[in-house]
Amino acid sequence: MVHKGKKEKILSKVIVVTSGKGGVGKTTTSAAFAAGLALRGHKTVVIDFDVGLRNLDLVMGCERRVVFDFINVINGDANLSQALIRDKRIENLYIFPTSQTRDKDALKREGVDKVMDQLRREFEFVICDSPAGIEHGAMTALYHADSAIIVTNPEVSSVRDSDRIIGILAAKSRRAERREKPVEEHLLLTRYSPERVKRGEMLSVDDVKDILSVPLLGIIPESETVLKASNTGVPVILDPQSPAGRAYDDAVARFLGEQREMRFMLPERRRLFGGLFGRAAS
Amino acid sequence: MSLFDFFFPKKTSSASIARERLQIVLAHERVGGRGGADFLPLLQKELLAVVAKYIPVKDDMIHVTLGKAGTASVLEINIEMPTEQRGIKMKAATA
Repeated sequence: MVHKGKKEKILSKVIVVTSGKGGVGKTTTSAAFAAGLALRGHKTVVIDFDVGLRNLDLVMGCERRVVFDFINVINGDANLSQALIRDKRIENLYIFPTSQTRDKDALKREGVDKVMDQLRREFEFVICDSPAGIEHGAMTALYHADSAIIVTNPEVSSVRDSDRIIGILAAKSRRAERREKPVEEHLLLTRYSPERVKRGEMLSVDDVKDILSVPLLGIIPESETVLKASNTGVPVILDPQSPAGRAYDDAVARFLGEQREMRFMLPERRRLFGGLFGRAAS
Repeated sequence: MSLFDFFFPKKTSSASIARERLQIVLAHERVGGRGGADFLPLLQKELLAVVAKYIPVKDDMIHVTLGKAGTASVLEINIEMPTEQRGIKMKAATA
């Protein structure tokens, strides 16, 4: 990766946040990454591909502003600018919510292609928040990807599912179909607990890295602040007190080509969470 | 890492059991899955057809796996012999 300056115009990049397994932190990661990229001055949109189980809007705190959605745009009932929600806190950040329809195949190939082409023209980064599983929604989310962030917990079922998804990326993405340069893969280890790793109760960073053989983008420590962030609808990266937020900030910087040393790999001696308990819930 | 290993021997920790189980299950599942090697089931089928012309072998007597040895991928083909129970083992390294 090359370092890209803030104002430098770059080609649009589509990033899928995927995992196979549910509940590992895809939406949290999508929200944090989108916010992190936008904070660095990149015009970014984050799309919810989880049709029927919309949640990105809640995590981003814009659930009451959803009027039109992805499916409305695909069906031509609304245009893109009507459906995109501009974030009130961060400049350059847009949220593209999905629909609550129960029709599983509402994400029609041609419709999605058209929307993605349009988004590529308007945004530097297009972040696709994939649903869990390997069904239609997940396949559609990863299809257009240039990069993939594979969100993995240090736990057997998550690692196995990530391995499946890595295989699918290599075989079923548009880049694979067109025999282009493969999708760039990044491993993001979430809900990591150095204390438990030290006690031999949890797979270590090195274990997961070796098993999946995907370059490590970051380690997000298990943190109470992640729940607090979703409770309040604020991407965790905006909380400077949060270890997870700081770890996401590191990961975004690395994604953009910056060199940052890995943190949160070893148990903290200082009282890292100490300051948080004293803070009143807002 | 080595300090942890000293105080918490890997053999007894649940994390090391997890790692071993994952390595085994994924080595098996990657056949025909990862790295675009989805030709493996077909290769297995065609190999079986060729071998079956000369030796009476059944479907489950031929095993094709794609593993790793250092930086190289290793394509391992195991064919079980029916009566003498002798194995023919072929190993080929791919890029």
